[in-house]
Amino acid sequence: MSPEATDFLYPFIEGDEHDSAPLLVDLAASARAKEAQSRALCIATLDRDAEMIEAVAGAMAERFQAGGQLFCFGNGGSSTDAWTVASLYSRPPTGTALPARSLVADQAVLTALGNDVGFELVFSRQLIAHGRPVDIAMGLSTSGSSANLLKAFSHAHARGLLTVGVAGYDGGQMAVSPDVDHCLVVRSESVHRVQEVQAALAVEVWARVQRAMGDTPPTPAPDHERSS
Amino acid sequence: MLVDTPVEPVEPNRHGAVVDVDVGPKLAPLADDLAAAALTLARRFAAGATMWCVAPTWPWHAHHVAVEFVHPVIMGCRALPAVVTEEDDLSAILRVLGRPGDLLLAVADADCGPVIDAMQRAPAWGLSTLWLGTGPRPRPGAADHVLWVGDGGDLAAHDGTMVLLYHVLWELTHVCFDHPGLLVPEPECVDDVCVTCSDEGRLAEVVTVVDADEARVRTATGVESVDTALVEAVRPCDLVLVHAGSVISIVEGAG
Repeated sequence: MSPEATDFLYPFIEGDEHDSAPLLVDLAASARAKEAQSRALCIATLDRDAEMIEAVAGAMAERFQAGGQLFCFGNGGSSTDAWTVASLYSRPPTGTALPARSLVADQAVLTALGNDVGFELVFSRQLIAHGRPVDIAMGLSTSGSSANLLKAFSHAHARGLLTVGVAGYDGGQMAVSPDVDHCLVVRSESVHRVQEVQAALAVEVWARVQRAMGDTPPTPAPDHERSS
Repeated sequence: MLVDTPVEPVEPNRHGAVVDVDVGPKLAPLADDLAAAALTLARRFAAGATMWCVAPTWPWHAHHVAVEFVHPVIMGCRALPAVVTEEDDLSAILRVLGRPGDLLLAVADADCGPVIDAMQRAPAWGLSTLWLGTGPRPRPGAADHVLWVGDGGDLAAHDGTMVLLYHVLWELTHVCFDHPGLLVPEPECVDDVCVTCSDEGRLAEVVTVVDADEARVRTATGVESVDTALVEAVRPCDLVLVHAGSVISIVEGAG
């Protein structure tokens, strides 16, 4: 087939590109640009939400000091970010270890609930089983509107748990839900950049919780006290 | 402050933040490495590779990488086969699941034993390797592509730095798919002398010992019989160097 007269406009359209050097240059430039975007979003979010970060950390520290524990949850990539947060509290690289765990860690529980009662209830059913009024429910969602997170916040709020949402975009329904005590929002349309900055936000909250805990490591409260 | 009180995690910087937003870029120094790694991923995926994702210390990172590739957040991007394995003995499971042409991606610190072992053996299984991490670097040549944030601080595994690293890797990989002409396998060496292609000493893993002088070994190109008379007795899973049909040495530290 003879080359079309316009092929010069689309030099790679026939797949006859052989020199990877220009592409590698473009890719490296793209990597630097994406990091710059992520960093700018991080700084803007930390500056804008400084007061809320303090407020969330203060409220969480009160729960931990009273013997509460933290439950983290999310879907997909956000489930792994929730796992990261839980690990940061329970096995911190420095500071005091605090009781926290992920509600996505047990595939037997997740598949049992998903299969039997529906995926919308996979987190709320676990919070009903484990959550005490003194505990904390933290859900991460880039859209802010994941149905199973909204259900979880609803049940958690009704039981007296402190509810913390971490969202993206405009915060979605989590930002306006009366069941979410605090909603941190990373205002971006990019799921990737949102997740990167959500992780940084979570570290900021964690560091302030550590500071607020001071030199009084939490004493686990017996179940009968925690549920009172 | 009393010496036995919990240590303040990190001093806040001028933003009042503990996350290190004031330091220079962390990824920019490895932008060229990221670009090269992305092209390797795209070429291997185009040829049918599965990517095995491991992160023994930070398992959430392996899961995040895998879900990123399997279920892209951007509509229209192709789903790519990535799988997490969380076996304690990574080499045991990768040896049986990994096929020549596959990829092994680890997110792990440099002294993670199971990852060191699997990375060392991967060439014998025909796997291309990527190692993402932070802190002290792995030894030179520990993986085909080492994507390292040198001084990420104590919190780099939690503060989004690693997430940014593999997000960008994913994004760049998909850019490569817009360049089909570049997705053909890496060009074969055509020089008269080429350390990679010549029989200078290919890495192989012992599959079975036939007798004192012969073993069946696995290399990137398949299983073959080799002469073992020049070395001490070999055992299954030993990592060896093969030259001209003979085992010339047993690789220390593997097995």
